This record gives sequence, C-alpha cells and structure tokens, in this order.
Amino acid sequence: MLEVKGITVRYSGLPVLREVSIKVDEGRTVGVVGANGAGKSTLLKAIMGSVKVTSGEINFQGQRIDKLATEQIVRRGIIYVPEGRRLFGPLSVEENLLLGAFTVEREADKQKNLDYVYEMFPRLAERRTQAVGSMSGGEQQMAAIGRGLMSTPKLLMLDEPSLGLAPLLVSEVFETVRRLQEEGDTTVLMVEQNVLEALELSDWAYILQTGEIRSQGPAQEVLASDEVRKAFLGM
Amino acid sequence: MEDLGIQVLKSVVSGLLMGLVFALVALGLTVIFGVMDIVNFAHGEFLMIGMYTTLLTSPLLGIDPVLTLPLAGLVGAALGVLSYYGLIRFLLRGPMIAQLFGTFGLMLFLRNLALLTMGSEPRILHKGWLVGKSFIVGPGVVLESTKLAAAVLSIVSFALVWWLINRTKVGRALTATSLDAEGARYMGISTQKMNALAWAVGGASVAIAGGLLVNFWPVEPGVGLLFTMIAFATVALGGFGSVRGAFVAGVLIGLIVNIPPIWDAMLRMIDAAGLADLQIHSFKYTMVYAIYFLIMVIKPQGLFGWKQ
Repeated sequence: MLEVKGITVRYSGLPVLREVSIKVDEGRTVGVVGANGAGKSTLLKAIMGSVKVTSGEINFQGQRIDKLATEQIVRRGIIYVPEGRRLFGPLSVEENLLLGAFTVEREADKQKNLDYVYEMFPRLAERRTQAVGSMSGGEQQMAAIGRGLMSTPKLLMLDEPSLGLAPLLVSEVFETVRRLQEEGDTTVLMVEQNVLEALELSDWAYILQTGEIRSQGPAQEVLASDEVRKAFLGM
Repeated sequence: MEDLGIQVLKSVVSGLLMGLVFALVALGLTVIFGVMDIVNFAHGEFLMIGMYTTLLTSPLLGIDPVLTLPLAGLVGAALGVLSYYGLIRFLLRGPMIAQLFGTFGLMLFLRNLALLTMGSEPRILHKGWLVGKSFIVGPGVVLESTKLAAAVLSIVSFALVWWLINRTKVGRALTATSLDAEGARYMGISTQKMNALAWAVGGASVAIAGGLLVNFWPVEPGVGLLFTMIAFATVALGGFGSVRGAFVAGVLIGLIVNIPPIWDAMLRMIDAAGLADLQIHSFKYTMVYAIYFLIMVIKPQGLFGWKQ
C-alpha cells in the first residue's frame, strides 16, 4: 500500500534520513521505533510532503506521491496525527473533529464518522462544545486521533501518540489503536519511543537509528532480539 | 450650554460615521494579519486604488459612483490575489524583515505607479446620488448621505465577513489556517488558497472603503498613508487578527478623532482670551497615534487580541 524507497532528507545540508526504505501492507500495523532524534517524525513528514525529499521516491497505492502537496496527499487517504497533536486550541472539540472531515464531501458521511468517533471516545461527546485547548493531555490525544479518523483514512499515521502522557493514559492510547485494528480495516503506521508497547501492537517493525533503518522484521521477533532488549529495554 | 450639547451630539454622530469607515479600512488589514501574520504596508495604496476605480469608472461607464462599488471590490480582490501570488508567497519563505520590506516596497511601487498615471492633483467626485445630499436630524445635526452610506455599507461588509468566517466551511478552514497553517494542511486544507482568499477579502473590503470614501475625501497618490496609519492604530487597538476588534476599535478611533472639536467648543464657551485660537482639533490625528503608542506599551495584544 505504502512504499518508501530509499529516501534521503536533509535539513540545511545535513542528512536526517539516509536511504530509508519502508513498506506498509494494507490492513497491517507497522511500527517504527527509535531514540529521540533518530528521524522518526521526519519520515512521517516526508510521506506527508511536509518536508522535502532530496532523493528516493514514495509510492502510495501504486502512484508516486512525493511530488504532491500535503493537501493532495490527504485527499488520497493518508492522515497524519502529528506529534504534539496540533489541535486548533481555541476551537471546540466538535469543530476540530469537523475540520478532520474537511475533505469529506457528503454531509451524511461526515455525520456517520462523527457518530463513530463519539462512540469510540465517549469523553469527546461529553465535551463536544468545550475548547479543545482546555482539555487534559490524554483527552487532547483522543481528540487528535478522533480527528484523524474523521475522513475514514486508508492509512493512519500516528506520530508519538503516547508522548507526554501519564502511564495510564499511554495504555489507553494503545488500547485505542488495538480497537482500530479489531474493528476496521485501517492500516496504521506508528512511530514511537515507547518501544515495548508499540511493538506489542505492531505486525511489522523497523528500527530507525540516526537516520538509517538498522533492522526490520516481524514485531515480536524484533522485540525479542538482543539488539532491542539491550538498546531500548535495558535488559 | 445648549451650544455645547449640540456640539457633543454632532461630534458623536460624525465620530460614529467616520469610525465605521475607519473600521472598514482596518478590516482587510486584520483579516490578512490574522490568517498569515503579515502586516501589509501597502494597505492604504489598495484603498487609493479603490478610490481611483470609482472616480474613473463612474464617468467612463456612465453609471452612478455607488454602482461602481462592486467593481472597486473586484479590482481590490484581484489586486490582493495578484500581490499574494506574485510577491507575498515568495516573501513567506524569508525572514520577518523581508516581509516588512516586501510590502513596504509594494506600497512604494503602487504609489509611484499612481503618481505616474494619475498625476499628483487631488481629485474628488463632484456628482452622484450621494454627493451633496444630507438629512437634518436635529437642531444643528446634519447627516451627510455620503458618510451615512459609507457607514451602512461598512456594517454590511463586516456582517458578510463575519458570516464568511464563522458560518461557512471555507471560513472554518480560514480559521484553522490562521491558528496553525501546518496543522491545517494535515486536514487537507490548501493553505495557499486560504492565504489568497484572505488577500482577496482584504483587498476587496479596503477598495470598497475607498470607493465610498472618494465621495467626500479627495484622492491623490499619497492618500493611503494617513489611512494606513489609522488602520494600524485600529488593528493594534482592537487586537491583531480580530474582526470584532477592528469594528469596535474603528468606531472608538472615529469618536476619538472627533472629540477635539468638543474641546474647541468648550474653549469658545469659556471665551478665555487667546485660548480659542489654539485650535485643538487640528491635533486630532496626533491623538490617534498617541493612543496607538499607549496601547503598544500597556496592552500589546489589543482589546480582543487572540494572537501572540
């Protein structure tokens, strides 16, 4: 479904990603883990057309997307739930969710998606008129993921969804991803520092280290590998 | 004593009317700033072009000046979109200082272009449905129809822009862009188009203000500066990016500008030797800048400011 072929991204001359290739198959959950500054967010932003790719190509459903503008990539069905959530703080929960459905043309579809998100996150329904910026970090993360689901994405990309959340809320966020896997056919590409929980959820895993893919494999195997146990889990 | 009462009433009425025009001039500036954090120094030149549009097309097309207002709006919108795609879009990649100098350059360009093509002679509309007509609404209080029409159309324009921003899908996209452009792009919103839209709305509203203004205010290539300065003060007072703020602050500044005549009237009443010759009203625009300065020091975010 998504194929990133040897992309290199530079920030003011310095390579942040070097010849990175990843593949995400339809219906799967793929995790990209790595330390802070490894280039995980840059990878997702490159897919979104938000940072320029110096070389390599990105294909989605058989078509090249690395020359497209961000809003065109969104219209193709890739939704990015950014690091730090980037909610529209002064706007209400519902206004934020409806902005997530900006590319949805039919009113009926919009309403259906809204009902689905409210059913999935009852807390958002309770607070639909509240300014989203006044909610707690966990609730904001729910709103961000909910907003991402408002256009029934083909590929949902989550950037550090557990960042800055209390441990209890972290499990709640991953529980949400698990529900998405069970209920729908959403394909998920997740980038996480929280290696253990992210890999437990994923089908396939990549380890990104200083801008390069270090290893990859079925998530359970990667999780059990010495490399991961030593570098990330401290075992 | 009765004299003073009439003077106060007159000042308040003309202050309100003029204030609504100031508000309309400031509307475009605050919309553009709100969406993309750019201060358009050429704003007054857009106004000047709106004035010339009405002044020139009315006799050319043989229609009343009022009927040329949609045309002025169209010219303003086109000018805004052209400025955005031809210049501003590129300035956005540069530092803040480049943006300042960029719109400043646009101002100089438009002003000198007008000087070249129109000459420096101040010109005003001499005929039309509105020109020279007035209503007497009370003892000594006269409403000029030119100013009344300008005030009413200002309210209509504000209502339209408010509706666009708060009640339409494209308005919500505009708000999202102003809050977080990158975040808005992740929603599938084309922020390029939203920026262009802000420039179109900004250009159209200020050009319409120009078309109304030229009924009672002479136009020459340098006319923009005074209005740019007043618009800056209005936007600073109301809060950068706030439409409601521009409305309230415009009216406030209209009133402030018209307060000094009250003092003159009081001075005449006291009739203290020599005091009446001071002509305090000639300092009215000084008052505006004094208030602009005060706001910047005391409450930089303005009355209704929501941007940092």
